[in-house]
Amino acid sequence: MKIGVLALQGAVTEHIRSISLAGADGVPVKRVEQLEDLDGLIIPGGESTTIGKLMRKYGFMEAIRQFSEQGKPIFGTCAGLIVLAERIDGHEEAHLKLMNMTVARNAFGRQRESFETDLVVKGIDEPIRAVFIRAPLIMEVGSDVEVLSTYKDEIVTARQGHLLAASFHPELTDDFRLHQYFIEMVEASRTGVQ
Amino acid sequence: METGTATVKRGMAEMQKGGVIMDVMNAEQAKIAEAAGATAVMALERVPSDIRAAGGVARMADPTIVEEVMKVVSIPVMAKARIGHYVEAKVLESLGVDYLDESEVLTPADEVFHIDKWDFTVPFVCGAKDIGEALRRIGEGASMIRTKGEPGTGNIVEAVRHMRLINSQIRKVQNMSKDELYAEAKNLGVSYDLLKSVHESGKLPVVNFAAGGIATPADAALMMHLGADGVFVGSGIFKSDNPEKFARAIVEATTHYEDYKLIAEVSKNLGTPMKGIEISKLSPAERMQDRGW
Repeated sequence: MKIGVLALQGAVTEHIRSISLAGADGVPVKRVEQLEDLDGLIIPGGESTTIGKLMRKYGFMEAIRQFSEQGKPIFGTCAGLIVLAERIDGHEEAHLKLMNMTVARNAFGRQRESFETDLVVKGIDEPIRAVFIRAPLIMEVGSDVEVLSTYKDEIVTARQGHLLAASFHPELTDDFRLHQYFIEMVEASRTGVQ
Repeated sequence: METGTATVKRGMAEMQKGGVIMDVMNAEQAKIAEAAGATAVMALERVPSDIRAAGGVARMADPTIVEEVMKVVSIPVMAKARIGHYVEAKVLESLGVDYLDESEVLTPADEVFHIDKWDFTVPFVCGAKDIGEALRRIGEGASMIRTKGEPGTGNIVEAVRHMRLINSQIRKVQNMSKDELYAEAKNLGVSYDLLKSVHESGKLPVVNFAAGGIATPADAALMMHLGADGVFVGSGIFKSDNPEKFARAIVEATTHYEDYKLIAEVSKNLGTPMKGIEISKLSPAERMQDRGW
């Protein structure tokens, strides 16, 4: 099984490390051709404006939408969550528009308000340590989206079929259980079980 | 729930990786930088080359400029405080700046002590010429390191020297025995624990960017090739003929630093980059990299 990490900008090596801790192979993805032999894709944290611009520039918008149409799982963390969303609060144009949800950028405030906390995530036994950095949150989701965790009544993890999104950074800790969860999604999609 | 932890502060720098952080002097430049794909902007009153030209004492920017920039962009905003100037740093933190740079570009306020950076919720980036400086700053609480280079010169040679030196010192430390590490910690004037973490991981415990003299897309790509996690571009962008095009070209060259055809493409018709200064023409007093210890 091969999982790509979109490597235009952001915390790429951290995700590759978490993927390998969870027992799969992670590779950085800089060109659309590389998507062909991947089973799943992670869109990492970074600056969503930068990542979105570079995705448009190099043809990733269409290529990743096609990747998703094949039912191949995609996991977005922080900036990656923003990139996946159908709607961004405010006037900003959305990017991939794959997940039926509205997100707010920098929803918890500036860097001084960034924090870490223990978070209960549906489908994972014990709470995970979640690091929120200038994090977005999910304001509302469509009926086809399952909420996996909330923090102070705000949605911070969600899943829509083969798509997974988290406001925080599971790649910044040694706890790889959310990556494990994603890898199980990829396994299921490979064997045709959703 | 905890704010200002080492993970949160260092993590913020991880999110900047592969990116370009641009110096801006007003809201208009900040918007150009954001539109070009900058991952953060550094709000300043003057870029380093203007500080050189103006002479005198360089201090933290007028808070009006910092606030103006924070208002118009959604990407993180950084600002510089003088080395050792605790109060300038606290003032900038109170404005809500996302990252502080305790910077040799400004005139140092203290010739002995750097700021105790653990005492802040907001993370710090600091300059370093070698592994000793880098680990001393990290020991004081810095969450991100950048090469000092020689700011405002448009000459990459010093940034290259610093990046190469830090990386070769890391390789040397990696191969040391435990007893050698104790002696090396003393020689470098750094904490044994930090040195041990470098010995074990083969890298600094925080992100290491390149700064000080990057003037072209190829310069940015060179620093990435040498192992930088990302780049700061100071005077290079807004001292060039076409800042917008220049900024976009540097962003692309940083992402695709191994794609030489692409770098050639984005380097076409960029106009004249900043003029640049030969390092040997600087008097010792003009060398910003020698500020701090």
